[in-house]
Amino acid sequence: MSYQQARWVEPLIFELSKPGRVGWTLPEKPRERINVPKELLREKLELPELSEPEVVRHYTRLSQMNYGVDSGFYPLGSCTMKYNPKVCEELAALEAANYIHPHQAEETVQGALELMYMLERCLTEIAGVARVSLQTSAGAHGEFVAMLITRAYHKSKRDDKRNQVIVPDSAHGTNPASAAMAGYDVVTVPSNARGRVDLDALKATVSERTAALMLTNPNTLGLFEDQIIEIAKVVHDAGGLLFYDGANLNGILGRTRPGDMGFDIVHFNLHKTFATPHGGGGPGAGPIGVQKELEKFLPVPLVEYDKKKGRYYFDYDRPHSIGKIKGFYGNFGVLVKAYVYLLLMGGEGLSEVTEAAVLNANYIMRKLLGVDGYELKFNPSDPCKHEVVFSAEPLKRMTGIGAHFVAKRLLDFGMHAPTYYFPPIVPEALMIEPTESESKEELDRFVEALRTIAEEAKSDPDKVCSAPTATAIGRLDEVKASRQPILSWRAYRKSAKG
Amino acid sequence: MGYPYIPNTREIREQMLREIGAANINELFADIPSQIRLKRKLKLPPAMSELEVKRHVQAILAKNTPFTQMLSFLGGGVWPHHVPAHIRSLVQRSEFLTSYTPYQPETSQGMLQALFEYQSMIAELVGLDVANSSMYDWATSLGEAALMCARVTRRQKFIVPKLIAKDRLSVLRNYASGPGLEVVEVGYNHRTGQLDLKQLRAELGGDVAGVYIENPSYLGFLETQGDEIAAAAHKTGALFVVGVNPISLGLFKGPGEYGADIVVGEGQPLGNPVSFGGPSLGIFACRDESKLLRQLPGRLIGATTTLDGKARGYCMVLQTREQHIRRERATSSICTNEALCAVSAAIYLASLGPRGLHDLAELCASNASYAMKKLNMIKGLRAPIFDAPHFNEFTLTCDDTHVSIQKLNAGLLKRGIQGGKSLRAEFPELGETALLCTTELHSREDIDRLASALNELLGGKG
Repeated sequence: MSYQQARWVEPLIFELSKPGRVGWTLPEKPRERINVPKELLREKLELPELSEPEVVRHYTRLSQMNYGVDSGFYPLGSCTMKYNPKVCEELAALEAANYIHPHQAEETVQGALELMYMLERCLTEIAGVARVSLQTSAGAHGEFVAMLITRAYHKSKRDDKRNQVIVPDSAHGTNPASAAMAGYDVVTVPSNARGRVDLDALKATVSERTAALMLTNPNTLGLFEDQIIEIAKVVHDAGGLLFYDGANLNGILGRTRPGDMGFDIVHFNLHKTFATPHGGGGPGAGPIGVQKELEKFLPVPLVEYDKKKGRYYFDYDRPHSIGKIKGFYGNFGVLVKAYVYLLLMGGEGLSEVTEAAVLNANYIMRKLLGVDGYELKFNPSDPCKHEVVFSAEPLKRMTGIGAHFVAKRLLDFGMHAPTYYFPPIVPEALMIEPTESESKEELDRFVEALRTIAEEAKSDPDKVCSAPTATAIGRLDEVKASRQPILSWRAYRKSAKG
Repeated sequence: MGYPYIPNTREIREQMLREIGAANINELFADIPSQIRLKRKLKLPPAMSELEVKRHVQAILAKNTPFTQMLSFLGGGVWPHHVPAHIRSLVQRSEFLTSYTPYQPETSQGMLQALFEYQSMIAELVGLDVANSSMYDWATSLGEAALMCARVTRRQKFIVPKLIAKDRLSVLRNYASGPGLEVVEVGYNHRTGQLDLKQLRAELGGDVAGVYIENPSYLGFLETQGDEIAAAAHKTGALFVVGVNPISLGLFKGPGEYGADIVVGEGQPLGNPVSFGGPSLGIFACRDESKLLRQLPGRLIGATTTLDGKARGYCMVLQTREQHIRRERATSSICTNEALCAVSAAIYLASLGPRGLHDLAELCASNASYAMKKLNMIKGLRAPIFDAPHFNEFTLTCDDTHVSIQKLNAGLLKRGIQGGKSLRAEFPELGETALLCTTELHSREDIDRLASALNELLGGKG
């Protein structure tokens, strides 16, 4: 199967502008004079001027130069790029979901409140926690709020010495960044030879200064932290809290729950595990769940149900709450999609999701193990969970061609690249997450593509190094792009003149 | 029953298990210690067919009354506007919708160029050279702006006006709490609502990282002292941060023109539905100066060329500020942002153009002006409470009547009208006052209807 992405030479929209063209209409002309001092009024505004068909063609062409899950295989590790059911979009776009205002009288938004209430109930069950706040917009936002809650908790215990947050060396970059944003010092704990947290090192790291350990389980190597019970004990005995990074929840649905593992705070990525589309970077939603003892610190408001009145309401009367963390109640549109997905799958369906996703990852692991050029850095007889991390180090040794080039060449096969060079503890890492959405045939095709690339690296290295050629554009000068950043049309014109 | 989103059937999965030498699926989960295995099924509603789910969710949402089915005067941080049909049709194109962050520029040029255009149009609108490709919303943009000011100036105090939304202030305080920044509120002139410059100057000193104002303010009036506030802040080495409703910038000067170093705001009105307050779109822009750029949070798209220099292309730039490279030393932990809302905003701005945005802003303001005139004619009501130019939002007080805003709003709701947001809890000192908003969605007749309903409720003749 050969692949070629659309390749338009599409100018910037500013370059398509012609004075006087309009792409929209107004219902009426303003009739009142506006009483504003002249010095506040703007003189010029250089936005493009285009008609609607021109705007539509421009952005249609741009969309054709973009690759999504609907275009093909997207094994981007840690990102859980599963299929996004269309009915979720349809329901989230209903007027009754889109055209409601956050300040509306509660009796006029009972449906929204009910949906949020029900979604919260589902998430508490899935994660084994007491309560969930839906307010956080994304995974990193959830992590940040989790750290604020951690601080509020220790403060409530009058324990102000705890200024350290521990993260494994395999953690997502957002973990240490979120902890630092909340004012914590970050301490890194190494992984052991099995690709899991080094328990002895952890024991040596925890102290009366430990506020929390942030952990992903399955971890970023796709391996289950099988000493999680001991890890939880070490952290809890030291007086710290255990935070669960939910990026990899797709690997354990219905098999085990973060709450049962001993985690105190959990975040979810609805845009990963619960199939809401990622939109080229967002919007997502990153709800956080907590155990009973931390419930009172959650952001306000929470949705409650008044049985007597038969009504849902926002509860702001939560004196220990950390307050607000987003302007309103969360990315409601995303919440609707996730709830629809949960109803479509049900509890048993979610278990099947995990079984199919984990099987797909193990299938790739076994098939790729036999391919010269790629190796596993950890015990290959351990099953992986939702993703598997290979190293292209042998290929690099043989041919000089490493993970980066392999990933770029893969684009020519009509597939998205895996995450590469991450986690940092694996040299020449290729982090592959197939999700449950892929068929066996697609997985075979992927393994075959990686085999072909390894062979090309030996027989025709130039072909690999000059890849991709089937995409909208070839390799870009990213070094120049960051050295002399041009970040807007205004700046572009200045640089063209300069 | 099979699941439509899982292509591998039970039979195929059995075959795959055999191929990889596993006796059954449980073998793949043997690494989960038995003590923590879930030994029962998840207690969730049973799976439903697409048709059943559709009916079920429609029935839940039918309990909402969308503002398309009543007359609503709510704004206050998100604002209802008409979203032209082609915007949704374009952002729903699944190559945009179902893509991840554009880590592979060669196969993500479409999203990258669209985001570059978004950055460009926002930069133009706010009068600065650099905008990032989005934050979560206005409130979190403000929080990040305070942190950025502190990093750039290495100072620990951030000044805000007293008249900002309390929810936004709460978010700011949470962001500021990380490095322990002090958030100081500066009061206002009780006649005009304008920032108290005397108090501002008294607070300013060598410890202030940034000064923040909103224009238009939370209560709808314009802050006319932008130049002076900028000068006062800059004189002491503080950065000047301005929060905006971007629609207003069709009429008014971009804050960059009166000295803003950083502009934040809510991009929702640019082609995104109100959607109960989210997804939203955090605007974040700053001056093009390396001292600021190095500390900018969030993702940036830059223009470059192919390696051979022949073609123009776009990619993510200055990633060394970001969490996936810099980890605990990153400028922010943000990763997933609001990219698709930013694309909506780009398409919206490109469709309106300078003329459209001007006319739209003028219409919104003109409707507010008409509404204030009409409401002022009603005995006991006063709009606005501040003597200052306004954009499309304004305050309405019923202090001179014997009824409360809450009661008036309840009466309005019975007549199919959602009144303004009560400011009672946020600003008790403003008495029985509400914040109202008009946009192009409101016709003159709609405003007349509000006025006559209020008149009736206050005992006047309908």
